[in-house]
Amino acid sequence: MVTLTINGREHELDVPDNMPLLWALRDIVGLRGTKFGCGIAECGACTVHLDGAATRACITPVSAVQGREVTTIEAMADDAVGQRVQAAWLDLGVAQCGYCQGGQIMNATALLKTTPEPDTQDIVDAMAGNLCRCGTYNRILAAIERASGKEASS
Amino acid sequence: MSYANDRLLLANVSRRGLLKGLVGGSALLLAARWDLGLASETAQFGAGAMPGGWVDDPNVFIHIDSDGGVTIINNRAEMGQGIRTSLVMVAADELGADWDRVRAQQANADQDKYGNQNTDGSRSMRHWYDPMRRAAAAARIMLEQAAAQQWEVPVHEVRAEIHKVVHSPTGRELGFGALAQAARDLDVPGRDALVLKSDSELRFIGKESGLINGELVSAHPKAIDGEDIVSGQAVFGADVDLEDTLYAVVARPPVYGARVKRVDDGEALKVPGVRKTLRIEGTGQPAAFNPLGGVAVVASNTWAAMEGRRALEIEWDMAPAGDNADYTSDPYRESLEAAAQSPGKVIRQTGDVEAALEDADTRVSATYYMPHMAQSPMEPPVAIVRIRDGKAEAWAPVQNPRATREGIAQRLGIDKESVTVHQTLLGGGFGRKSKPDFVTEAAAVAREFEGQPVKLQWSREDDIQHAYFHAVSVDHLEAGLDADGKAIAWRHRTLSPSIASLFAPDPKHKGEFELGMGFNTMPFSIPAIRLENPPAPAHVRIGWFRSVYNLPHAWAIQSFAHEMAMAAGRDHRDYVLELLGPDREVHNLTVGDGWNYGEDPDLYPIDTARMRRVIERATEEAGWGRETGKGRGLGLAFHHSFVSYTAIVFEVEVSDEGELTIHRADIAFDCGPQANPERIRSQLEGACVMGIGIALQSEVTFKDGVAQQDNFDSYLIPRMPDAPRVVRVHLIDNPDDAMGGVGEPGLPPVAPALCNAIFAATGKRIRRLPVGDQLTG
Ligand code: FES
Ligand code: FES
Repeated sequence: MVTLTINGREHELDVPDNMPLLWALRDIVGLRGTKFGCGIAECGACTVHLDGAATRACITPVSAVQGREVTTIEAMADDAVGQRVQAAWLDLGVAQCGYCQGGQIMNATALLKTTPEPDTQDIVDAMAGNLCRCGTYNRILAAIERASGKEASS
Repeated sequence: MSYANDRLLLANVSRRGLLKGLVGGSALLLAARWDLGLASETAQFGAGAMPGGWVDDPNVFIHIDSDGGVTIINNRAEMGQGIRTSLVMVAADELGADWDRVRAQQANADQDKYGNQNTDGSRSMRHWYDPMRRAAAAARIMLEQAAAQQWEVPVHEVRAEIHKVVHSPTGRELGFGALAQAARDLDVPGRDALVLKSDSELRFIGKESGLINGELVSAHPKAIDGEDIVSGQAVFGADVDLEDTLYAVVARPPVYGARVKRVDDGEALKVPGVRKTLRIEGTGQPAAFNPLGGVAVVASNTWAAMEGRRALEIEWDMAPAGDNADYTSDPYRESLEAAAQSPGKVIRQTGDVEAALEDADTRVSATYYMPHMAQSPMEPPVAIVRIRDGKAEAWAPVQNPRATREGIAQRLGIDKESVTVHQTLLGGGFGRKSKPDFVTEAAAVAREFEGQPVKLQWSREDDIQHAYFHAVSVDHLEAGLDADGKAIAWRHRTLSPSIASLFAPDPKHKGEFELGMGFNTMPFSIPAIRLENPPAPAHVRIGWFRSVYNLPHAWAIQSFAHEMAMAAGRDHRDYVLELLGPDREVHNLTVGDGWNYGEDPDLYPIDTARMRRVIERATEEAGWGRETGKGRGLGLAFHHSFVSYTAIVFEVEVSDEGELTIHRADIAFDCGPQANPERIRSQLEGACVMGIGIALQSEVTFKDGVAQQDNFDSYLIPRMPDAPRVVRVHLIDNPDDAMGGVGEPGLPPVAPALCNAIFAATGKRIRRLPVGDQLTG
């Protein structure tokens, strides 16, 4: 049994200690906004917040997150920064297929919480671990700038 | 995912829609520039020639609730191209629906009902624009007619406005919802009575909105799935929630054609959560869309299934794989390069190339290589299948729902009416999900668990190692130039395994649709041309990858044209404009192509004037000819594919250490009429990034038949730092030609334009992709 706090709610899960948080969220808890893209921390599709920090759920065993706050994309609508990021994403039509975008938004939101006014290089560095096969990178960048209160770059 | 029972159908089904006494007085009849191709069943070209053809019955596509909610059925796969928004928007615009009250509903697999659903070949908008407008116009006319009857006034006195019908003389109004019931009892008007809206009446179609080249110029109509995507609620293949779901992964033969010889599942069954292992029979070669076979591990969650698979001990029988087990990339490339030195099957011939090459003042020769690649959509293949009482139900992210349905039916030995395929969103497709092997595989597992849904998940390793690979290619070109540098001879030999090897004994030669992707349709005006196709065997599953054989053809031809310009000492743009020759329409049959992307050559000739226009636009926007400074350069390439025209100019910088920076891309694009420019821009921006990966990073190599890359740490695709910070898309305003494709044509010219820019910056010629460390090494 492990006890996880996910989006402010406690969940008791009967899973092995080494089960990655990604699969616990998706298959056991039933929160499927967190996506599987690679399983080896190379793509960022599975990004969640662990005590506010962007974390790859696919390589994080549930045993490592006991007693810590797990936040997923499903909770971003209740987060002030998350809301701004989501709104910017919609305004700029960022998503294509959308599969990577939950992870992108989680990563971007974590960035803006620690660095409220990132410059372009800050954003590129912070987002380099999040793959988008559809190639929406420039819109992601512009949306992060927009959410940070700066205008979209031209 | 099922129809709500209270949806009101608009009218009695009248498939071919007979006219029944309703013609607008001052009718603007169907605008002539949209060819409507009304004869469908026997159509030779276009949408009507596709399996299932087109359907424009409003009863099939448009439902209006009595509360005014409008539901529009989307029959094409949504994989990031935005078709669920764009096609629904086309119908909503013509109908006059308030966008905030429109929802989209995804059609299940049923080509008899919905027409062709195979989302492939950049066809969705070009084949469905007209039928959806007609369906919506018919619905709008029926709403007007219902209002006129209710008010007992002549129909020409009423007109539909936004979500309501108005009687101008008296100012009376009725909402769409209030009219839905009465409209349902009317006959669908005949097509010849339909009056499409004029451009000035349209709100969305053809209108620019949203982010244009970095500037948010205006709000854009909200994307159908936008809010679901940013809040984690969008339902992709693995996100369907069904009670009692079992989870499965499969260990597949490492070499194409190999089989399981012996399996020890003792350790696997000890993994907590693992329920069962079972063998899946493959169908051998050619595999078509069938599973590769192997051993499935079924568990109570995905992780347990993966752990169980890790614990399997499998001995593979390589004998059925034949010489696939010797397939190694370097010697294979060398064998193709050697074969390229000898003549091959002649595909197209004009003049005497050998004589012209003899006469030439200068000869230019080069050989280009493009490796295998995996499509690797961010969502790996995944499917859920439940089999109950002899019927199968599947939920899957597939580009080809009909093939999915038939594949399951065939595997289970039931008829296709007993198979329901629910189409989820696709987390990217790029051709991978045109092949429903992964859904059939899930069905093969689910049949062992009557009544229980089985979710079969591919890992990224599965995806990359068992892709339907983009064909590896060698292209060898030779040209002769006269004393003025003018091209007098062009000989091109192209070698790639064929996708036809998937379905039949390996033909070792490219098929018509493969050659027709920019090889024989090469538009240069040169007196002596010979195009040849020497043989190349397939040793892995070869499949469609976004823009398919246009990739190697454009890569080779556009690189070589640049080499010719350099040999002639000429400006690249000026030189290629001369190579294109006088503006003319090239009929595909005159260049040895009988395919033309399935389109009517009279409507869709290869128009060199349109090609010239995109070249001129891209180069002007990029400031072609300006001084770029040391280590910087501009590179151009262009290509016709999927009946659209693209030209790209890159500006790059290469440091003394060989570090490449792509500063900017200018993309000019002509697809004829634009339905939703906002998503067209998005597709071209995305294709630019994907193409940069093809140029610089992406490669799957084989050793003894086994793919050597297995995840994103070894199979590299572009990341944010790899994308140019400035990507400008220049859409050519051309409403007068026939509508072309959008999803794929942006990709083929990217790699050659980038490599031509690298040459301009450094003088270093790239002939082998990916560039990798060639600039530093
Ligand atoms: S799935 Fe976790 S980083 Fe890719
Ligand atoms: S939007 Fe498709 S992978 Fe990013």
